[in-house]
Amino acid sequence: MFGIGWAIALAEFILILKWLKMPWQVAIIDSSISVVSLLAFSLLIMNTLRFYTPKRERYINILTWCLFLMGIWLALNHWLLMLAAGHFDGYHQFLKSSMPVRGSFGLLILGCVSLISVVWFNSQEQKQAEQRKTDAEKLSKEAELFKLRQQLQPHFLFNSLNSINALISIKPDEARKMVQQLSDFLRGTMRREENQFIRFSEELEYLKLYLEIEKVRFGYRLKTEMDISEEATSWKIPSLLVQPLMENAIKFGLYGTTGEVTIMLRARVIDKHLVVAVMNPFDADMQMPEGTGFGLNSVKRRLYLLFARTDLVEINKEKNCFVVVIRVPAQEDLADTLIPTGTKVQSI
Amino acid sequence: MKTIIIDDEPLARSIVREYLKKYPELEIAQECNDGFEGVKAIQQDQPDLVFLDIQMPKINGFEMLELLDQRPAVIFTTAFDEYAIKAFEAHAVDYLLKPFNQERFDRAIQKWKEHAVGYEKNTSELLETVSHSPAQSQRVVVKTGSKIKIIPSQDIYFLEAADDYVKVHTHEGNFLKNKTMNHFEKTLDPQQFVRSHRSYIVNVQQITRIDPYEKDNHIAILKSGGRVPVSRNGYARLRTVLGL
Repeated sequence: MFGIGWAIALAEFILILKWLKMPWQVAIIDSSISVVSLLAFSLLIMNTLRFYTPKRERYINILTWCLFLMGIWLALNHWLLMLAAGHFDGYHQFLKSSMPVRGSFGLLILGCVSLISVVWFNSQEQKQAEQRKTDAEKLSKEAELFKLRQQLQPHFLFNSLNSINALISIKPDEARKMVQQLSDFLRGTMRREENQFIRFSEELEYLKLYLEIEKVRFGYRLKTEMDISEEATSWKIPSLLVQPLMENAIKFGLYGTTGEVTIMLRARVIDKHLVVAVMNPFDADMQMPEGTGFGLNSVKRRLYLLFARTDLVEINKEKNCFVVVIRVPAQEDLADTLIPTGTKVQSI
Repeated sequence: MKTIIIDDEPLARSIVREYLKKYPELEIAQECNDGFEGVKAIQQDQPDLVFLDIQMPKINGFEMLELLDQRPAVIFTTAFDEYAIKAFEAHAVDYLLKPFNQERFDRAIQKWKEHAVGYEKNTSELLETVSHSPAQSQRVVVKTGSKIKIIPSQDIYFLEAADDYVKVHTHEGNFLKNKTMNHFEKTLDPQQFVRSHRSYIVNVQQITRIDPYEKDNHIAILKSGGRVPVSRNGYARLRTVLGL
């Protein structure tokens, strides 16, 4: 579009000069020099406006600039034309008398170019701003939802309250104990920042609290086994990373089979990674019950955001055993660049 | 009068038991841990009222009810299930939200005593509604003799109308389900299951080829070797889904 416009301007210029009885040679030289130098000035204006968009009340400045540039262009053009075509008969006189026309032509073109540039770059900028805004909104919404889910596990919460309700009349002491455990658990979820790093032993304490509540709910059906190496307990991990895995295993194990269920957790440090495996039994003919999988996805996403790696979560199904293995790199391997704005990485 | 409590959490059963002490006329015949035990107990004791949890191991409360030929009056108990609660309200079926107190429990019993008749119809409508939920349209729960079988929908070869039942064909044989063809046509994923004939619904992923058969008709040959009739309309529907 841009190129075609300028080609047309050039052709017109030549034809006008020819019509004013200039010889072909002079018409072509004059037109080329005038139009090309004007093009150079236009590009200069466009480039300036690309990086500097004036406010509405400053539009008058642009007009002043156009006038100023037109003057320079006129002088430069005059000098170049005399250099290139001054030796032709009567050209000097023609050039002198045509200066006002050339001046207004230049001003018109430069004015148009700046007007179009301002409108175009303004709309571009607006589009970008809008895009940024929606992106930011999406991110914050995602973070918000994630946090909400972590705090509110309605099923867990209401069922626990129901168990307490039952215990109050038959075993008041246990009811009181469970109220305490549930409070500690909820406080723990609320207090922790999303990407805070804590010792694995701390996460385990929290996990035990959760498991004890679940054991009151499900009675003899739920059994757990833990096998954790000494080295693993001091490894730093993002808080609340393992709890969703456990929740998933319990849901999947207890709702996917009937009878007793043993959930196993094993943790070791291997190759500078904390390797945590959570195992639950399942019936091969069962599909994942509703709601499972979400916890796994959120763990996967968090590890990706933190370490910029997608190979840290592994899911294995063997016969009647479902195993989720996560690998947590050392805290030093954090990928700072990958963390979106709004999520802070804190270490204590 | 007899009642049965079905819930996978022992303490959740104990609270119902406690509230029931006020009603000596209601005898607790059995307490069940899951839907499998529930089906057996209901068939055995023919209770007048059942307290039924929804989220339970392997099959949920709704799926359990579907397996029964004769449904008792039911009061559902649930902690949190927006989908189910909407369905309860739509079909005027009573439910107790955990945790609940004696007062709320008494009201539910009162309601049951007043409306004991007519419950059956409401429950059937409720089951029809909840069977459209995404989780339940991915599988079919059937009963063969005393055994309960969960069939993931991808394992179904095809469905065949058989009087008042639908015959579900799988690699493990055929199972009867007391539902209509229209029900399955509505609930199963329409991108995978196509009504190829008035009396047949076929799993398109099982089809190896479709041959012409007599005039105007076709027949679908399945990977398993099975043959499923395809009517003229059914052929058009198959073509749309397969993108031919």
